[in-house]
Amino acid sequence: MSVLTFVENWDGKFKKLTFELVSYASKVAEMMNTTAIALSIGNVQPEELEKLGKYGVKKIIHIANEELLALDNQAYTSVITELAVKEGATVLLLANNNTGKALAPRLSVRLKAGVGSGVSQLPLSIDPFMVYKKVYSGRAFAHLTIKSPVRILTLAQNSFELIETPNDAAIETITVQLENGLIKTVVKDVQKQTGKILLTDAEIVVSGGRGMKSPDNWGPLVELADLLGAATACSRPVSDEGWRPHEEHTGQTGKIIAPNLYFAIGISGATQHIAGVSASKFIVAVNTDKDAPVFEAAQYGIVGDAAKILPQLVEAVREIKSK
Amino acid sequence: MKIVVCISHVPDTTTKVKFVNDNKLDETGIQWIINPWDELSLTRALELKDDPANGIEKVTVAHVGPVGAEPTIRKALAIGADDAIRINATSSDAYYVAAQLAEVLKNNPFDIILCGIESSDFNGSTVGGMLAEFLGIPSVSSVSSLNLVNGEVILTREIDGGKETVAIPVPFVAIVQKGITKEPRIPSMRGIMMARTKPILVSEPVSLDALTEVVQYEMPKPRAACKFVNPENPAELITLLQNEAKVI
Ligand SMILES: Cc1cc2nc3c(=O)[nH]c(=O)nc-3n(C[C@H](O)[C@H](O)[C@H](O)COP(=O)(O)OP(=O)(O)OC[C@H]3O[C@@H](n4cnc5c(N)ncnc54)[C@H](O)[C@@H]3O)c2cc1C
Ligand SMILES: Nc1ncnc2c1ncn2[C@@H]1O[C@H](COP(=O)(O)O)[C@@H](O)[C@H]1O
Repeated sequence: MSVLTFVENWDGKFKKLTFELVSYASKVAEMMNTTAIALSIGNVQPEELEKLGKYGVKKIIHIANEELLALDNQAYTSVITELAVKEGATVLLLANNNTGKALAPRLSVRLKAGVGSGVSQLPLSIDPFMVYKKVYSGRAFAHLTIKSPVRILTLAQNSFELIETPNDAAIETITVQLENGLIKTVVKDVQKQTGKILLTDAEIVVSGGRGMKSPDNWGPLVELADLLGAATACSRPVSDEGWRPHEEHTGQTGKIIAPNLYFAIGISGATQHIAGVSASKFIVAVNTDKDAPVFEAAQYGIVGDAAKILPQLVEAVREIKSK
Repeated sequence: MKIVVCISHVPDTTTKVKFVNDNKLDETGIQWIINPWDELSLTRALELKDDPANGIEKVTVAHVGPVGAEPTIRKALAIGADDAIRINATSSDAYYVAAQLAEVLKNNPFDIILCGIESSDFNGSTVGGMLAEFLGIPSVSSVSSLNLVNGEVILTREIDGGKETVAIPVPFVAIVQKGITKEPRIPSMRGIMMARTKPILVSEPVSLDALTEVVQYEMPKPRAACKFVNPENPAELITLLQNEAKVI
C-alpha cells in the first residue's frame, strides 16, 4: 500500500504548491498507516528532488525520459498508472491545477478510481473513504465517499499547510519504456509569463472592478500590489473591456484562487466573482456602496471612493515597509 | 468533420442553493441553464461550422439526464446545434456520466468532442478527461482557443504561468475554458422555431456503478461580519491587516 503523489516541475523547479502536495500526501499516508511516495517526471536535478524529502515522503521516483518533457495526457497517464500499480497506491494525489485537471480524470478511468477534486482539507475518514469538497462554486460543501479501492484526489492550491517531517528519502531515477506512437500532442510554441508573480501562486492579490472607472486609473492599484509583493487581478467586465489582461480575470469563469489576502477594489461582489475568491483567508473591500454584496464576503471594508482611498493605502503600506 | 458538444444542465449561477435533508438539492424555484462553459463550447463549434472552409458537416449536443432536461437541450438546438443525443439516466457521478457518453459516442463517431472545464454545480472538472480515456483517444485540457488550419487542429492550452500552442490528431476531446470564444450565442426567434423540429435521439443507459456518492451537503461556515474602517483614515486598515489579521 502507498499514497502516491505526482509532482509537476516548472523548468526543473518545484514550488510551494509541490510542497503542499507532499505534505498532504504524507499526512494521508499517516492516517492510513502507510508511506508516501512522490513521482516526478522530467528534468529535475537531485538537489531539487531532495527537497521533497523534507515533507515526509519516503521515496522519490524520478522518471527522466526526454520524450516526456512536454505534457501528453495519454503518455503521462500510462506512466503514472504503471507506477501506481507497481507501488500499490491506494490514494493518488495531484494538484488541482491545469495539469492535475488534465490527468486525474484519465487516471480515474485507467485505475477505476473515484475522484475527489479540489479538496482543501484532509479526508474526513478513511473507512469509508470520505472527503470534504466544494460544490456549487463554493456556495455549499459536500461529504463525498469514494467507494473504489483506489482513490484519486486533487488538492486545491494554497489550502494546505506545509508540514516539515524530515526524512531520508531515497531517490530512484528510472527511464520507462514508452509504446511507439503513444505521444500525440505536438507542442508548437510556448509562451511563458515572466517576471510577474503568478496570480494562482500569490499570497496577496490586489484586484479591481468596474468601480475603478477607467483603465487609466490602475496606477495606484499596481503600486499597492508591487509594495505588497502581490499579484494584480480584476473582475470579468474589466478584462472583457480590455482594461486589464485576460489572465487577471478571477471568478467562476476565470481563475479560482485562494490567497491569504484579497483586495476587492470597486468590485460589487457578484456571486460569480466571489466563487473565484471565497477561499481567500481574508477579503478586504473598498466600495462606494455600503450595501454592495462584496461586504458580505469581506472581513474588512471601507465605504469610500477607490480613487481617494487607494493612494492613501499605498502611503500607509510604504510607511510600514520603511520601518 | 463532425463535432459533438457535451452539455450539462446546472442551476443558474446566481442561485442560492438549499438542500432537503442535507442530501438533496432543493429544486424549488431553480432556473436551469446550460453550463456556462458548454454554452461557450457550443458557440465555438458553430463559429467553426459557419466557415465552409472548415468542412464541418454537423454539430451535435449530447446530454446525460432525464427528460426534465429537454428544455436545456432545446435551447442548445435553438442556439444552432443540428441535433441532439440524450442518454436517459440520472447522472450520479462523473465516472458514470462519462461512461454513458462513451458508450453512445463509440457507435456514433465524432472528430471533435468538446467538454467544459467544469460544471458549475458539482465542480468536478473530470467528465471530459474520463470520456477521452474511455474512448482511448487524446485529450487536451484547459483549451482557450481552437482553430482548424489547413485541416489541422491547432489549440491553445493554458499552463501554470503561460500557454502552449499544440496540434492534435482527430478524434480527440478538448476540455474547454475561458477564451474559447468571447460571448455565448443566444437563440434567435428563427432558431427557436427551428429547434422544435430538430431531432433528439434518446438512448437508454448501460448498467454501471458510480464510484463516488455525496452522502451529505453542508452550507459554508458563516464568516465573521465585516469590520468597517473609517474612510477618513484608510491607514487604519493597513494597521489591522498587519497586527490583527497578520497577513502583511
Ligand atoms: C455565467 C456567468 C459567469 C460569470 N463569471 C464571472 C467571473 O468569473 N468573474 C467576475 O468577476 N464576474 C463574472 N460574471 C459577471 C458578474 O455577474 C458581474 O457582472 C461582475 O462580477 C461585475 O463586475 P464589477 O463588480 O467589476 O462591476 P459592477 O457590478 O459594475 O460593480 C462595480 C462596483 O464598484 C462600485 N463603485 C463605483 N464607483 C466606485 C468608486 N469610485 N470607488 C469604489 N467603488 C466604486 C459600485 O458600487 C459597484 O459595487 C459572470 C456572469 C455570468 C452570468
Ligand atoms: N450530465 C452530463 N451530460 C453531458 N455532459 C456532461 C454532463 N455532466 C458534465 N458534462 C460535461 O463535462 C464537463 C465538465 O463537467 P464536470 O466534470 O462535471 O465538472 C461539462 O462542462 C460538460 O461538457
